Amino acid sequence: MDYSRQLFQYILSGLSNGAIYALIGFGFAMIYNATGIINFAQGEFVMLGGMLTVFFLTVLKLSIIPAIVLAVVISTIVGICFERLAIRPLKNAKPLSLIIITIGASIFIRGAAMLIWGKDTHAVPAFSGNDPIYIAGATILPQHLWIFAVTILIIIAGRIFFNYSITGKAMRACAYNAQAAGLVGINVKNMVLLSFAISSAIGSMAGIIIAPLTMTSYDVGVMLGLKGFCAVIIGGMSSGLSTVMGGLLLGLLEALGAGYISASYKDAIAFIILLLILFIRPEGLFAKKEAERF
Amino acid sequence: MFLKKQNIMTEKRQQILVFFIFATAVLMVPLFLKGSYLLNVLVFVGINTMLAVALNLLLGYAGQISLGHAAFFGIGAYISGIITTRFPIDPFLIIILAAFCAGVLAFVIGFPILKLKGHYLAMATLGFGVILYIIFNETVDFTGGPSGLSSIPSLHIGSLVFDNDWNNYYLVWVFTLAVMLLSINLFQSRIGRALRAIHDSEVAARVMGVNARVLKVQIFTVSAVISAVAGSLYAHIMTFIAPASFGFNFSVELLTMVVIGGLGSIYGSFLGAAILTMLPEFLRVFQDFDIIVYGLMLMLITMFMPGGLVGGMQKMAEITVAKIRKMKGKNAQA
Repeated sequence: MDYSRQLFQYILSGLSNGAIYALIGFGFAMIYNATGIINFAQGEFVMLGGMLTVFFLTVLKLSIIPAIVLAVVISTIVGICFERLAIRPLKNAKPLSLIIITIGASIFIRGAAMLIWGKDTHAVPAFSGNDPIYIAGATILPQHLWIFAVTILIIIAGRIFFNYSITGKAMRACAYNAQAAGLVGINVKNMVLLSFAISSAIGSMAGIIIAPLTMTSYDVGVMLGLKGFCAVIIGGMSSGLSTVMGGLLLGLLEALGAGYISASYKDAIAFIILLLILFIRPEGLFAKKEAERF
Repeated sequence: MFLKKQNIMTEKRQQILVFFIFATAVLMVPLFLKGSYLLNVLVFVGINTMLAVALNLLLGYAGQISLGHAAFFGIGAYISGIITTRFPIDPFLIIILAAFCAGVLAFVIGFPILKLKGHYLAMATLGFGVILYIIFNETVDFTGGPSGLSSIPSLHIGSLVFDNDWNNYYLVWVFTLAVMLLSINLFQSRIGRALRAIHDSEVAARVMGVNARVLKVQIFTVSAVISAVAGSLYAHIMTFIAPASFGFNFSVELLTMVVIGGLGSIYGSFLGAAILTMLPEFLRVFQDFDIIVYGLMLMLITMFMPGGLVGGMQKMAEITVAKIRKMKGKNAQA
């Protein structure tokens, strides 16, 4: 009995972390599909979301909702500036240059955050209290429910956007074949800009909802960004839903590994999975993407 | 045809000449800096140059990125550190052992990792680096964990102990110069040409009969071995090591050195290593800003000066020469 309760607890916390990885992975996949770039700065938007919320809450003393909205808006603006200033001027650059540029941007954003907000770790209050809820002997915090709810909402919204709105369809067209999309009158440049805007918004949202559980500081982006990338590799870049599955699977494996194998190697588990998948199915994952990118 | 061959010969001779001038300058420097703090900084410039050249072999020659090179540096440092603090064996033997271990590891993981390209290669090497960083941190019984491993003995040859800046300078720079000479020769060799072919187009290189898969793994292995030797030297010179020196941030710092110096340029790697090692030492203000400045340098140099500082200077020199020629031509016409 005790054993199954423990297992259930691990599964719950694994799924909530997994949801965060899924959201971050979603941002990776969106930019990759629009531009073929893996944005190494993705994790920094997650950090920005959390840190900006802390800033608005504690320094400007805003209440939680305007603080979150402002944090998402500002992160999105940073994402847009990043695309305009660093990505767009480099048309047809080699992958190597693009990797180095997004790494540069990631360090720059992290450094700026460190200068502005210092090196301290900050706590963000939970959205609706810290009273644990008991489900089948396992405890769950209200914040976990928030994470599940926000993730599901964002994924549903994404699905509707990409399948039913004209802009969403245009973005899918660009992902499928940018040249052909340009020929039928879609402004490909704007779609790329939009993909950066959306993925930085989603990234910052992920950072905001996880901040109350894990605390936040200027350097949380690196690890979270990498885990999001693992999620995308596990699930595949092809569709939103498989990224979500990848994220949840990663979260679960990590939680179970930390619980039953070794807590101190928790972070290593994600990377071992990443390497194994890249080694075993390096082309298999791409092949799926070639057939259908969104 | 004959003429062309002669040109290559002179180019090679020119390169060797430049190298000997550089080497002489490097070996003369301590004479002017005896007892100065600068000498201590230059020891670390030497270690970082070695690492930057190693990464440049992979990144600049073969066009394959690695974001986990600090891990090989760490392997060298920890193997030397752990064994020499426990057993009274000649540390130089352990350097060879460390280099061998790093080489075997690089060779084994090289095959699956270097199958990947571009962003995926970057992520896989990064993942490898993070895994090793976690191992350095968590195997407390061996590495001392986050608080580090101390009292690593200094290197010695007979009664010559490498425990002061003067001796360390020569120790490090003999290794560094050897690595630089090796890399310059490699660039001019058949292997170097094959690597550059892979850099430009792997498919075309394969079509021409270059065994790209094996060659990439080989250069990755060479690069890892050099990094491990640098790590061993670092451990013996510092006599203290901690995982923080071998993390992702240091991998990025190495990348920055190579990029700002110039991809594929050996002297560029030296320049990049010198700049990144000396700036924080001399600009105290720089301390808090270093991370932001690295980020900016990486972005701006990649965007506006793809050849790095050395490439940029060469270009500038070419433009000036062309201008002077033009002026001369005009004068002659007049």
